[in-house]
Amino acid sequence: MRTPLSRVRGLGSAHEGTGHFWKQRLTAVANVPLVLGFVWFVICALGSTRAEFAASAGNPFVAALLILFIVSGVVHMKLGMQVIIEDYVHGEGAKLAALMGNIFFCAAAGLVGVLAVLKLAFGG
Amino acid sequence: MAEISEAGNGADKRPLSPHLQIYKPTITMTMSIVHRITGAGLYFGTLILIWWLASAASGPEAFDFAQDVLGSIIGRLVLFGYTWALFHHMLGGIRHFIWDSGAMLDKHTASKVAWASLAGSVVLTLLTWIVGYAAM
Ligand code: HEM
Repeated sequence: MRTPLSRVRGLGSAHEGTGHFWKQRLTAVANVPLVLGFVWFVICALGSTRAEFAASAGNPFVAALLILFIVSGVVHMKLGMQVIIEDYVHGEGAKLAALMGNIFFCAAAGLVGVLAVLKLAFGG
Repeated sequence: MAEISEAGNGADKRPLSPHLQIYKPTITMTMSIVHRITGAGLYFGTLILIWWLASAASGPEAFDFAQDVLGSIIGRLVLFGYTWALFHHMLGGIRHFIWDSGAMLDKHTASKVAWASLAGSVVLTLLTWIVGYAAM
């Protein structure tokens, strides 16, 4: 039986329950090793030519690290910026525009990053 | 600030909770604000990372140009700040994981952990750059 109470129970005002919190923490946990791996990658890439850089990104493990970092990173920063917007932007129109802009920005950054790594990984 | 309500329903006299400027800054409060600032900084800093990868995918000239820009004094300063923001935010995030488990929430421990994460972020940043310069 679906009473109004049972439908809203546990979901809160955003209607997604703890979904946002969970995804924020999931990506945050993933980010710890990925960030450390990425920093290590940058140190290794210092002073390398483009050919050397492409060769190291051609290693599937390195390419996977970069892609995971980009995907986990953009999902995490989309969730994080959403909270900042919800905290400070109160006008309904401006808030909607900012929330949409946030998603567009993160999706575009993520797509360009992943395409760049894939191109390098496949020998471009 | 507070405007007098024309409705005359006393809405203007409702008590407001005290806001930030009323408190003496504490280390936990400062670190919380910095966690948000570093998060936002990293958000826009991601553009540098994506630009760098895209330049590598575009070709040697684009990559050399990006390397030159990032290797310049200003580029290095920005990247140094990015490194610190990354480590500070990472340690701040790990603090959140610890709190989520219910541990280390009492006032004195929380302050100690906040100082430790600030110190840790500086140490990790310097270490990374020392290793980076040694590797070059
Ligand atoms: C290094 C690993 C990282 C960890 C462990 C981490 C952890 C966290 C956690 C736990 C939060 C939620 C804080 C809260 O609930 O109040 C958060 C917020 C945030 N993170 Fe991260 N993060 C990491 C990397 C990043 C990166 C790489 C970016 C951006 C590219 C980023 C951007 C943000 C933003 C914008 C917020 C929102 C800040 C706020 O609400 O005050 N984080 N992070």
